[in-house]
Amino acid sequence: MADTAVRESAPGLGAVRRPPRRPRGVRTLSTGDRVTVVLMVAVPTLVVVGLVWGPALATVLLSFTDWNGIGNIADINPVGWENYRNATTNYPPFGPAIEHNIIWLVVFFFGPTLLGILLAVVLDRELRGSRIYQSIFFMPVVLSLALVGFIWQLIYSRDQGLLNAVLGTETDWFGDPDVNLWAVLVAAGWRHTGYIMLLYLAGLKAVDPALREAAAVDGAGEVRTFLRVIWPVMRPVNVVVLVITVIESLRAFDIAWVINKGRNGLELISTLVTQNVIGEASRVGFGSALATIMIAISTVFIVIYLVQVMREQR
Amino acid sequence: MNPAVRRGPVRPARVVLVVVLTVLAIGWLFPIAWAVYNSLRDFDFTSVNGYFSVGGFTFDNYIEAWTRGNFEQTFLNTAIIVVPSVLLTLLLASSVAFVLARFSFRFNIALLVLFTAANLLPQQALLVPLFRLFLNFELSYDISDSGSLYDTYFAVIAVNVAFQTGFCTFVLSNYMKALPRELTEAAMVDGAGVLRQYWQVVLPLCRPALAALATLQITWVYNDFFWAVAFMRTGDKLPVTSSLQNLRGQFFTDYNLLSAGSVIVAIPTLVIFFLLQRHLRAGLTLGATKG
Repeated sequence: MADTAVRESAPGLGAVRRPPRRPRGVRTLSTGDRVTVVLMVAVPTLVVVGLVWGPALATVLLSFTDWNGIGNIADINPVGWENYRNATTNYPPFGPAIEHNIIWLVVFFFGPTLLGILLAVVLDRELRGSRIYQSIFFMPVVLSLALVGFIWQLIYSRDQGLLNAVLGTETDWFGDPDVNLWAVLVAAGWRHTGYIMLLYLAGLKAVDPALREAAAVDGAGEVRTFLRVIWPVMRPVNVVVLVITVIESLRAFDIAWVINKGRNGLELISTLVTQNVIGEASRVGFGSALATIMIAISTVFIVIYLVQVMREQR
Repeated sequence: MNPAVRRGPVRPARVVLVVVLTVLAIGWLFPIAWAVYNSLRDFDFTSVNGYFSVGGFTFDNYIEAWTRGNFEQTFLNTAIIVVPSVLLTLLLASSVAFVLARFSFRFNIALLVLFTAANLLPQQALLVPLFRLFLNFELSYDISDSGSLYDTYFAVIAVNVAFQTGFCTFVLSNYMKALPRELTEAAMVDGAGVLRQYWQVVLPLCRPALAALATLQITWVYNDFFWAVAFMRTGDKLPVTSSLQNLRGQFFTDYNLLSAGSVIVAIPTLVIFFLLQRHLRAGLTLGATKG
């Protein structure tokens, strides 16, 4: 749909049927052009390496030191795994944070992600008003997660919120540590669902209609067609959706931060890192250890993602 | 078995489906509608009659939210961050993408991986070193009140650019690979250098992809909350996303006012959503599915 629209509007795309010739080597270029090519790659690479990969690597290294953020780099002492030991045994919010991130992931996966896929499958068919439904579910995606927190406060507030008025309860939905994580997940899931729906819809549009027809001719019902025919072809999109769900769950930060800076039931690894680094008590080594744990987890899924998309490159 | 047999029982199922979808859709719209509805009502009225009431309509919340949230300033600040960030991101990403798509050399895939993966790292993973880097990067007091990169627009713009370039590079290089090679080759025969092939031949053809990415990036950078919180200290420099904090009282919050503030913050992205939804969708899905 949308992505095909973009591709179709690339002029001359359909005109060339021949497979593209192999890209040229750099060697055939003049000296001036060679300098240009090098600069065109080197400048962006420096930016990304300097401000993304360098810092990420530095985080990993700092996690094995006792640096407090002040003082000379020469004063940094290596401390081995001490920060990690402290984090896991000596830091009360750590356990809850890990637990909350895992709950976040599981709930996101079985809630908004599956709902998003389901909506995509349903809305992909001929259905009156399909576009309108799609737009409605997609709308929250353009709002920041911080703003989502504020919007839902009107529903969740203890004294003036809608939910308590309807249920006759007096719960502080964003404040009570027993329920606030779930309340946040509903709000965040409201946004995540549309995102997944959109990705999946794009994938479904790319499925060859002949496959469906063949399945229909063979007498397969819609559910069977989906499970046996569509689902396997959708493998690349499934991988992307899975990775995005994991990474979004791990990155979850804004909404917890605007509610209470990630305390009192809303501890997440991301908020712990931030508290330790930009708070008054700046514990750089310790915060880095927490951040390194995030890097380690996300690396696994980044690799899965890369293997998938780079395979498609060919 | 065949369509004729299936058509019978499908009808009631379809009705159920439409009913479920409609209920869901109304539920989906509700939080935004609720915020808009209450933003237009007087606090004194709702505190007496409760939110479940009709009446007390006023536009005053918006006027007060606008001044108390310092929106005039924060919208300007956001623009100062968003415009250069998006332009630079697209410029850097398109130039790498051009080289990756048009030339083959030993590090093609490795470079693509380097760029694509950068956008997937958790932001907190970069926080510690970047925070220290900016704090220790001394600048003259003429350009920075803090005497360093910390608490400057440069820092926030630079990080946004670095973080977003990866994603755009991936999308653009795929897009450029799909363009017919004859075009640049013809330009080369005509004696056009690499720079001209990039700027005058390939980039104009990428307009749809660039439009989609620009729309998406404007939304993302506008919505960014983390980098500004992390690298900005002075209240006067903070972007729109942080304005809402000013509307929340320490002990007491006027929710009608907060609703008005939320709507003000949402309006730019909602305008983009309604006017440029096609681009937004294209931008999001171009990256995830090769289609």
